[in-house]
Amino acid sequence: MKKNLENKIEKILIKGNDAVVEAALRSGLNGFFGYPITPASEIIEGFAKAYYEDLERKKKGLKPKYPEFQVFLQMESEIASINAALGGAATGKRVLTASSSPGISLKQEGISYIAGCELPVAIIDVMRGGPGLGNIAPEQGDYFQTVKGGGHGDYRLITLAPNSVQELAEFTCEIFELADKYRNPAVLLYDGYLGQMKEGVIFPKVKAKNYDRSSWAADGNKKGREKHIITSIYIAPEDMEKHKLRLKRKYDLIEEKEVRFENYKSDDADIVIVAYGIVSRIAKDVVEKARKEGIKVGLLRPITLWPFPKKEISQIADNAKAILTVELNMLGQMNEDVLISANGKCPVEFYGRCGGVIPKEKEILEKILEINRKVK
Amino acid sequence: MSVKLIISGFGGQGVLLLGDIIAYSALKEGKNVTWVPSYGPESRGGTCNCQVICSEKSIGSPVVDEPDILIAFNLPSVDKFMKTVKKGGIMLYDSSLVKEKPKRDDIKIYGIPATEISDVANMVMLGAYIELTKNIKLETVVNLALPEKLKGGKEKFIPKNIKAIKKGIEYVLKNFNF
Amino acid sequence: MKKKNLEYILKSPKVEAFQNKTHYCPGCGHGILHKLLGDAMDELGIKDITIFIDSVGCSVFAYNYFDCDHIQVPHGRAPAVATAVKRLRPDKIVITYQGDGDLAAIGTAEIIHAANRGENITIIFVNNAIYGMTGGQLAPTTLIKQKSTTTPRGRFATEFGYPLKICEMLNTLKAPAYLERVALYDPLHIKKAKEAVKKALRMQIKGKGFSLVEVLSHCPTNWKMTPEESMKFVKEKMEKYYPLKIFRDREFKK
Repeated sequence: MKKNLENKIEKILIKGNDAVVEAALRSGLNGFFGYPITPASEIIEGFAKAYYEDLERKKKGLKPKYPEFQVFLQMESEIASINAALGGAATGKRVLTASSSPGISLKQEGISYIAGCELPVAIIDVMRGGPGLGNIAPEQGDYFQTVKGGGHGDYRLITLAPNSVQELAEFTCEIFELADKYRNPAVLLYDGYLGQMKEGVIFPKVKAKNYDRSSWAADGNKKGREKHIITSIYIAPEDMEKHKLRLKRKYDLIEEKEVRFENYKSDDADIVIVAYGIVSRIAKDVVEKARKEGIKVGLLRPITLWPFPKKEISQIADNAKAILTVELNMLGQMNEDVLISANGKCPVEFYGRCGGVIPKEKEILEKILEINRKVK
Repeated sequence: MSVKLIISGFGGQGVLLLGDIIAYSALKEGKNVTWVPSYGPESRGGTCNCQVICSEKSIGSPVVDEPDILIAFNLPSVDKFMKTVKKGGIMLYDSSLVKEKPKRDDIKIYGIPATEISDVANMVMLGAYIELTKNIKLETVVNLALPEKLKGGKEKFIPKNIKAIKKGIEYVLKNFNF
Repeated sequence: MKKKNLEYILKSPKVEAFQNKTHYCPGCGHGILHKLLGDAMDELGIKDITIFIDSVGCSVFAYNYFDCDHIQVPHGRAPAVATAVKRLRPDKIVITYQGDGDLAAIGTAEIIHAANRGENITIIFVNNAIYGMTGGQLAPTTLIKQKSTTTPRGRFATEFGYPLKICEMLNTLKAPAYLERVALYDPLHIKKAKEAVKKALRMQIKGKGFSLVEVLSHCPTNWKMTPEESMKFVKEKMEKYYPLKIFRDREFKK
């Protein structure tokens, strides 16, 4: 009853992409730079709306709704957008850029620079079908380009994968915090399905930590201090190696501290499904259905795709008879990490639908039954 | 209890808005809801649809493969989705546009001449839906959903919409015996 | 007059904004331009509030030489970076320093759109008709018949088109506030270049909008000339194709 009351009072019915905009604005966003692309365009439109409504408020002498939101700009390209984000973050501001798969490909050069410069930039990737122009339907084809680093050089992106509109709102706030905490680009990765879907959301009460960026930012406040240089160039091999080893230590720390996952009934399970994003919700229903049929099935949902829940999957591989990875792609992109984590300790199977086709519960259940026959 | 819906028609028939109002009303009545617009392969072929789930429990998959209820505004929608309706489920269709009565014995089928009744056919269908299923309350729609969804200059359409909803309810009461 | 110009070159006071000896080749134009840019920054007293955007090319190490905050950015993207920096830090001075490969080839889109938006930033555009850092390849600004390592028999318009005239192109846009082309081949022109650079910065301080100074510079190493020959080349060949002039000046226009 109490829960129902909460719904009545607080829950807002909102589209995934719109929830991202609202959450970002509540997180004290200073600047958004983007370029339109389906199915992420609601994001750039949402920021435009918020920005110009606040301008009107200011004109009328009213208090703006989001006083920290200083700059909204539609840039000439995805490339310009990511570089504008680079510039904004370099001066110590909280910035965001958003796009969908082909746009993220274009941003990769900038993302590599941002990783090299160690700048806290938040990036949103609403995944659609590829390769090439592909289509605008939901896919999970960007696991490689996000988790494995789509740009040049070796680096890591903190990657969060929500599976509901509520989590879209919460994780949007999180990627800003993680980016700031580690001075590292952080990505919110979700498929177009989640972006287009509406659900009831209670927006988290964000209290953005006051990160002091003045000790490193090129903010033009040089009076009384040495100049600040934001750069990714280290010409001498020894210097470059030193820089990279420091990055590696940071990445190790993130792997140690920031792994997140959801374990749903996988402790006693014979077969464990590994899935993220929208697929994990279908998989959860499959777990219930399979258990009704007497098969002990569980779900391990990676929430951080990097750092990946290696240890947890390794433990599952110790106890379960088989693992089934389900993804919205054909290659089994995440499955490669599942295989590495399971390390041959139990069979790992893959089931993927792609092109925008969402797997039905029935299909996954059939696959489970098939595996069950094999491992019995 | 969980109710899964597919609402389908041509673009412009207010299909998405109807789904949105149903989801919003259910949310305000304390339910968990998901609303997904036609997206991906479904969006081809001249139909526009949305999938809605309203549930007491938290919702797992938002994908509706087998709806409990189908609201169909045109023939392509009937052809495409009637076969997916769960056994014992319900189909409402706009009988002013779908002339031949669709046949399936294991579901309940209600023809509502929504387009003839009003030019806001989706609201007529909403009224019929409320009366036939009792899944959401008329008060929630009138007091909360319509003012929320028809804002920013569209407020003037609220009375017309309420009128159409009521006509939908009346039609069901007059024509179907329970 | 001439003596006074020489005096500026030889006896100018120590420039505070400009630090260290440069890594540039002997006879390179970057050193002169750095000095006079630093000089202008000093005179305007802006070094502590300047955010300098270092682009890819020989001048990528400019952060070693200018005593202000720096952001080193991807090839060609300086105007996009500068756009965000200036809009988020409107009270700071934002300078990009870009070569012709950076600005006129890989970064053509960025420069045109930043200029078209009239961003209140200052662009120092160094046109030496060649790719310097990568070792003397064809630039969009390489003159017809001029040799480069990728046009060993010289540039032919039939293959590579004509040298790109950036100031003339940007002058077709409505928004830019100040566009001038200068050169560094003799003391008089160095003095003029200094005035142009200073004026471009002043435009930004006054909030006039987009300012760009195109500096015809010499690259003896990649042109395979002595410094004297290279300066003569700018005077006799480059200036003919790239006329020195003020294309746009809205300093006193409201």
